[in-house]
Amino acid sequence: MPDKTVNKDEALFKPIFFTGKKFYLTVAILSAIVIWAAFIWIWQIWHGLGVTGLNRSVFWGVYITNFVFFIGVSHAGTLISAILRLSRAEWRRSITRMAEVITVLVLFFGVANVIFDMGRVDRLLNVIKHGHFTSPLLWDVCSISTYLTASTIYLFLPLIPDIALLRDRVSGWRKRFYTFLSLNWQGTEPQVKRLEKAIGIMAVVVIPIAVSVHTVVSWVFAMTVQPMWHSAIFGPYFVVGAIFSGIAAIITGMVIIRKVYHLEDYLKPVHFNNLGILLLVMTLLWFYFTFGEYLTTWYGHEPREISVWQSKVFGRFAPLFWGMFLFCFIIPFSLLCRKKTRTVTGTLIASISVNIGMWLERITIVVPSLSNPRLPYLRGIYHPTVVEFSIMAGCFALFILLYMIFTKFFPIVSIWEIQEGREKALSETTARIKTYLPGPQLEELK
Amino acid sequence: MPRWGMVIDLDRCSGCQACVIACKQENNVPFILPEQAAKRRTIAWIHIIQLQDERSETKMRFLPILCQHCDRPPCTPVCPVGATYKNQEGLVAQVYPRCIGCRYCANACPYTIKFFNWYPPQWPEEMKKSLNPDVSVRPKGVVEKCTFCHHRLMKAKEKAKTEKRELSPEDYQPACAQACPTGAMVFGDLDDPYSEVAQLSKDPRAFALMEDLGTRPKVIYLRAGA
Repeated sequence: MPDKTVNKDEALFKPIFFTGKKFYLTVAILSAIVIWAAFIWIWQIWHGLGVTGLNRSVFWGVYITNFVFFIGVSHAGTLISAILRLSRAEWRRSITRMAEVITVLVLFFGVANVIFDMGRVDRLLNVIKHGHFTSPLLWDVCSISTYLTASTIYLFLPLIPDIALLRDRVSGWRKRFYTFLSLNWQGTEPQVKRLEKAIGIMAVVVIPIAVSVHTVVSWVFAMTVQPMWHSAIFGPYFVVGAIFSGIAAIITGMVIIRKVYHLEDYLKPVHFNNLGILLLVMTLLWFYFTFGEYLTTWYGHEPREISVWQSKVFGRFAPLFWGMFLFCFIIPFSLLCRKKTRTVTGTLIASISVNIGMWLERITIVVPSLSNPRLPYLRGIYHPTVVEFSIMAGCFALFILLYMIFTKFFPIVSIWEIQEGREKALSETTARIKTYLPGPQLEELK
Repeated sequence: MPRWGMVIDLDRCSGCQACVIACKQENNVPFILPEQAAKRRTIAWIHIIQLQDERSETKMRFLPILCQHCDRPPCTPVCPVGATYKNQEGLVAQVYPRCIGCRYCANACPYTIKFFNWYPPQWPEEMKKSLNPDVSVRPKGVVEKCTFCHHRLMKAKEKAKTEKRELSPEDYQPACAQACPTGAMVFGDLDDPYSEVAQLSKDPRAFALMEDLGTRPKVIYLRAGA
């Protein structure tokens, strides 16, 4: 493909060819956190899960919360990007890539947290050797591995033309690396056609997979008979929560990338405004689901359910519950409902708030039900330890680290799609809009 | 095939804890240090819950609780590796070498009667010699619970076989039922209409814990009277 990007999109190549001091400093800090967390994990394996705050009745805590949280955030990329692609939202072009990378990376941390939670990591392969499909955890294994595969393909396909662009710019080992990955991309017409078809198919395929993933995650809880877990609303509630935290994660990522790599020209206020509206819709949906869940439980007043409900709304978990309500609804809603505050900063604050809130939501799903088991004499009290928070910090640090490394190898904004947008989108969109309108234009076009 | 089950007469239970000790001794249940017990990490396959009598302030009630060996156990289907399952005798079994320690079964059990080995098991030095060789010691990181002294059933079966006779219900008693000084715990075949346990299970005072969940426990309680 002839390199038409030389002048216009130079900013998108810059992160790959120029690396500043701040980058290395950040890498050093993050690596230190990751090494610390790795040490703590080995410590935990050595001594046993007793080093966590878990106990009888509260058998699951921060790790499972993180599992649900990370899998939720993974809905950022692939799902949002697929929906935007399918609905031919033109403003998607500069955000799809950075969103898709979040998905692929964050899925590993979802899986990792289940592994951290296991008492016998050495027997991990039993899940494959002796897998029992009656267990929702096995459903998770299937849906998450399918999702990881599909979203990796979905990330890779639109990356091919960009890899080819890089291949033509470098030499040495990098040349060999990009040549291998570019799959002999020349940008010929049949190649472009095939690629677009493949992306189109994947965009459709990943949507049901993404929905199934978080539904199955919720079923890990909903399939038991435990109070306030055993609920049919859990599937859709988790999917909504996942998309909610996913969009928030994209916005947060976008603001950071925009600032660090000076991509103000690619990520304009309109992107934040549009994603802000999407986030607002999810805020309202989240409120609807939460309200529906808590109202039905309270009205039914089933004794075992209500004791969990009480502990969340007025009891020991009230700070977490009302914190969740503040971060998931009050803050984002008040910022996003007005155009005036739906700015870059406004959506960033709303997004960080949503991510904190959704983590709190996950923990108020996992812990209170386990703290109030059916036999009322048993009341487990759970205080997470430094071990759990260290490993959690390690997850976030490693995620950011891997994301940073990705931006050093591949363009974080899809260059060829931007280019395509510049060349074709305007005429295509005009033609499309014309088909919507009544009158003779329609005949003319045919 | 007998349907092994237990009836516990709450009127007869004095809360003496003999069953608890017998079980710990029989099944190599590890010692849990006080600071771990304070964190609610005690392992006691059978233990006694003290309840205040609703009608009288001075009366205490005792409820011995152990794995209910449900006919429809909620814990077994959720195990991702089949480490807990309902075995041929209808007992809910745990396979320690296969367990991955995910604790899903422990969370799915409505009776919260499964235990996790948070640390490697410990005993005082002088007690290590008296470990029961018939029962495997569980490593750290796996789930364990009452097995109705399944090893005793195995032994009884072998004994009956060498003596060339049918297994009779008297051959097999779990340690807790054997140790109960007041005869509050009766063990046997729930499907044999002439067995004591089957007759007691049809007593008007009989009830099962959380019957409404449809788990069909094989531990049946007799309501405490006046």
